[in-house]
Amino acid sequence: MREISGYERVRGRYGIRNHVLVLATVSCVNGVIQRISREVPEAVCVPHAHGCGRGGARDMQILFRVLSGMVHHPNVGAVVLIGLGCEISNTKSLVPFIENAGKPLEIFNVQEHGGARQTAQKGAAAARRLLAEIKGQPRVSLPWDQLLVAMECGGSDAMSGVTANVALGAVSDWLVQKGATVIFGENTEMIGTAHVLARRAKNERVAKQIEKLIDEAEKRTQEVMGNLASWVISPGNMDGGMSTIAEKSMGCIFKGGTTTINQVVDYGEAPTEKGLVLQDGPGYDADSMAGLAASGSQLMFFSTGRGTPVGFPTLPVIKVASNSRIYEVMEDDLDINAGSLVEGKLLEDLRAQMVDLMIRVINGERTKAEVNGMDVFAFMTVHPPF
Amino acid sequence: MKNNALLIHPGDNVAIALRNLGSGEEVKAKEVEGFPALQDIPASHKIALRDIPAGEEIIKYGEIVAVCTKDIKKGEWVHTHNLESKRWRK
Repeated sequence: MREISGYERVRGRYGIRNHVLVLATVSCVNGVIQRISREVPEAVCVPHAHGCGRGGARDMQILFRVLSGMVHHPNVGAVVLIGLGCEISNTKSLVPFIENAGKPLEIFNVQEHGGARQTAQKGAAAARRLLAEIKGQPRVSLPWDQLLVAMECGGSDAMSGVTANVALGAVSDWLVQKGATVIFGENTEMIGTAHVLARRAKNERVAKQIEKLIDEAEKRTQEVMGNLASWVISPGNMDGGMSTIAEKSMGCIFKGGTTTINQVVDYGEAPTEKGLVLQDGPGYDADSMAGLAASGSQLMFFSTGRGTPVGFPTLPVIKVASNSRIYEVMEDDLDINAGSLVEGKLLEDLRAQMVDLMIRVINGERTKAEVNGMDVFAFMTVHPPF
Repeated sequence: MKNNALLIHPGDNVAIALRNLGSGEEVKAKEVEGFPALQDIPASHKIALRDIPAGEEIIKYGEIVAVCTKDIKKGEWVHTHNLESKRWRK
């Protein structure tokens, strides 16, 4: 097997990219982020819709965990943090969560640094400085057991559970066997599989956590959707050959493979165990991806049948098509065609192809979402804005 | 001839049609000895790999996904007409 390499970070971690991240603390400074992005296109510039206007404890926890998770992200080598000044997640409040990130960090606030335009100029200069500073950092050998790979599915179709997620599952099992960690979430897509996932838990405690997580996802779905909750298995799903909710959900969770579930982590929380880990996060792609990234994943596989181009600012995302038709339509966006299974390709050959691409991507080859710049960054909230 | 069906897990008692299969057509999947489809099977739907008596569980992905309500013969289409969910029974 070929070697994989990455950038050494603090506390024994490794990144597979060496980005300079320019991050907004709040939506009010998005224009500043966009100006910096135009001036320094090599920097990974992340505007977003969060940072203020929500006060519940759970939203506070997620806000600080995800923003600090972006700063800590192993694929990030240096950070320019752009704040406003009066927001909830202001730079002073964020500092205690990020000061131990072990990477160069420069902070600018619009209300202190001469307004938006001057802050953009200062931020852009800092981004250029940091790009030069970390450019020379060498790649070193990356141990497989320091790799955290996320598995995601979105824009699924009837073939997703037959081809693409089966292929993702095969890669998951391969990675776990190599000593790596695989994480997947999307709790709404686990409804009906508590009996399966709990049985695969490492111990009774993890089994209980899994049952609780799925039970709560089901209750929330029924609470929010009422009578429409039964549409989590829809006539369209049934036309596609899925006969029960358990079968549909199996098609989703199979992307995590078949190994023991060693840990359940909260949304955006970093795993402390190796092997297969389950994250309590939502099914919506953008929110799910941010949670998986904040957990420290360096890489993501993403299966799709209907076809979605989304990527993530700090994560290479490898897109896996479930059918050849969408692969041909969206070949510029999709990296792997798992529809080839229908044309007679063997699963082990497809897995080998995916592992080969994964190794090249870890070592620096850009995925199509990276080449196209399809960055999306949004995260979960549970309280209404005020 | 290329495979026209997929056995997802070695413990499964159903295979998945990779395209629309016609009645009488030979079902071919890796690690499965060829056998005829007893009826039309739509793409991405399930085919019984052996006789499955009523009350027995349907195994796909190596896991229980349903219980069958009628005796199912090898080669038959397996769907909502001959199985039921173990939860959320209708």
